[in-house]
Amino acid sequence: MADVSSSTNTTPTDAAMARPGRFKEFWRYFRENRGAVIGFYVFIFFLLVAIFAPILAPFEPSTQNRDFTLIPPVWQDGGDWTFPLGTDPLGRDMLSRLIHGARYSFLVGTVVVILAATGGILTGLIAGFAPKWLDTIIMRIMDIILSIPSLLLALVLVAILGPSLLNAMIAIAIVLQPHYVRLTRAAVMTELTKDYVVSARVAGAKLPRLMFVTVLPNCLAPIIVQAALSFSNAILDVAALGFLGMGAQPPTPEWGTMLAEAREFILRAWWVVTFPGLAILMTVLAINLMGDGLRDALDPKLKRS
Amino acid sequence: MLRYLLSRLLTFVPTFIGVCIISFAFIRVLPGDPIIVMAGERGVSEERYQELYEQFGFDRPIVVQFWDYFTGVLQGDLGTSYVTKRPVWDEFFSLFPATLELSICAILLAILLGIPAGVIAAVNRGKFFDRALMSSALVGYSMPIFWWALLLIIVFSGNLGWTPVSGRIDLLYFFDAKTGFMLIDSLLSGQDGAFQSAVRHLILPAIVLATIPLAVIARQTRSAMLEVLGEDYIRTARAKGLAPMRVNGVHALRNAMIPVITVVGLSVGMLLAGAILTETIFSWPGIGKWMVDSIYRRDYPVVQGGLLLVALLVMVVNLLVDLAYGLINPKIRKR
Repeated sequence: MADVSSSTNTTPTDAAMARPGRFKEFWRYFRENRGAVIGFYVFIFFLLVAIFAPILAPFEPSTQNRDFTLIPPVWQDGGDWTFPLGTDPLGRDMLSRLIHGARYSFLVGTVVVILAATGGILTGLIAGFAPKWLDTIIMRIMDIILSIPSLLLALVLVAILGPSLLNAMIAIAIVLQPHYVRLTRAAVMTELTKDYVVSARVAGAKLPRLMFVTVLPNCLAPIIVQAALSFSNAILDVAALGFLGMGAQPPTPEWGTMLAEAREFILRAWWVVTFPGLAILMTVLAINLMGDGLRDALDPKLKRS
Repeated sequence: MLRYLLSRLLTFVPTFIGVCIISFAFIRVLPGDPIIVMAGERGVSEERYQELYEQFGFDRPIVVQFWDYFTGVLQGDLGTSYVTKRPVWDEFFSLFPATLELSICAILLAILLGIPAGVIAAVNRGKFFDRALMSSALVGYSMPIFWWALLLIIVFSGNLGWTPVSGRIDLLYFFDAKTGFMLIDSLLSGQDGAFQSAVRHLILPAIVLATIPLAVIARQTRSAMLEVLGEDYIRTARAKGLAPMRVNGVHALRNAMIPVITVVGLSVGMLLAGAILTETIFSWPGIGKWMVDSIYRRDYPVVQGGLLLVALLVMVVNLLVDLAYGLINPKIRKR
């Protein structure tokens, strides 16, 4: 054991002469992809909007200004600077609802990714290290989950659990989890054949240490990319569930739910439909741009030497 | 090849049984008593409840119930809808052609636009065309398609009045469903304007459903082409003085197609998930809308049977894709 840990410890002079820090190297590759950097800034912008929503929003998201229903955005005839993006059929300020909606999207993305990734990485690690029969059982179960279209499975799960934002998040996490299991397992399988794992084993590392300290850190690159992709998937799917009435319930200013409420007004008031969807598209696009950049920066196969 | 086929079929069996277990378990854990739901607003007397309880076999051990269900499934008996009182199997097959027609049109649209887009982008790597096409592909890939559908309705149905908002054909046309495909049936009927009406109903839902597969296919084609274009035999073909069109279109594209075919096959699950949203928005009478409606109505046998059939469909297509892949690429089946 002692041998292994001392060989990975480098003296300060070594570190200075060796390659730049991991993060620096990552950032150098990430910065080369202009789209990824733009996506990153847009993501930060939406994140700040979400964090400071109560300060930024001019109104409470549920305040109904009954005298000002379906006011168009400010640049159209009849628009008013009090409601820059107009109001919905109940006289609620669109801008305020959109700003508060950002909170739900980030909540959804974060919770779903944490749930799906934790469960998926654990299961994948177990499958990778387990004897063949257990591995087969786990992977068959994942095949079953993957054979049902994700949105359909999520819909049925929500129908069982009852429609709410929390249940929608749980359902989407269950649906997204098999991807993590497959990725982690595949990465573990490749790592297990390598010499450093054998040497750690010879040095007497116990199974938990082998799993979490020796192997897992070396499997993280594809998992991080997957996390970015499933963050955007989670936002899209939860919005879709909200749109079908199976996610967040009105009057929650969740973007998908807002779209569902606005559906009957599409031909009379384009703004109640356009803005929530645009917000979803922008957020998802920003995250996908970042995800592409992450993949280029982290995937050693695509890395230019 | 036979060994590969058999081993692939062997993994198919446990997955199928697993899907049966899942779809069976759902009806047992769903909230609400199925008998109360079935009785509807009139309610049900105590004795009648008991009678029905036994009639549906809810009093028997769960393993026996599952065995009955499973043997029923193998014989094509998926139960009866609470709402319409028709067998789930019949309902599925009367609605399936609508979804199939929509999906085929969508995937054709995605292939016919996506592959050329990917090839053009790869050949012009880093130039304006590449950037424009790949940016649009990323936007398409990130698109919330339910919103995209509403936008198209606002523009093409609302402002321009070109397309209808819902259904498969105008109500004034009436003819027998010979094939179940509206485009073919309307042509066969020989009625004036029926075919045009069917096309106008189909076009927006098909565009919406095609959006994400189109983006995925374009991206996949580009990366597969880029990989192939770096190969030696492409340089040889160029050195021989072949026309660029021939090098890119024949030598490169043919070899780049293998991963693309896989993506096309695997997009069936994507299409069915997209059909849920698309059919709901456009009131398209297919499997997706049927499933959503029965979830709203708590029509459990339909949810159960529909889930099973959709999963089976995806599994069969994935199996076919795998087999086709083994046929094209001998390396795979040796493993």
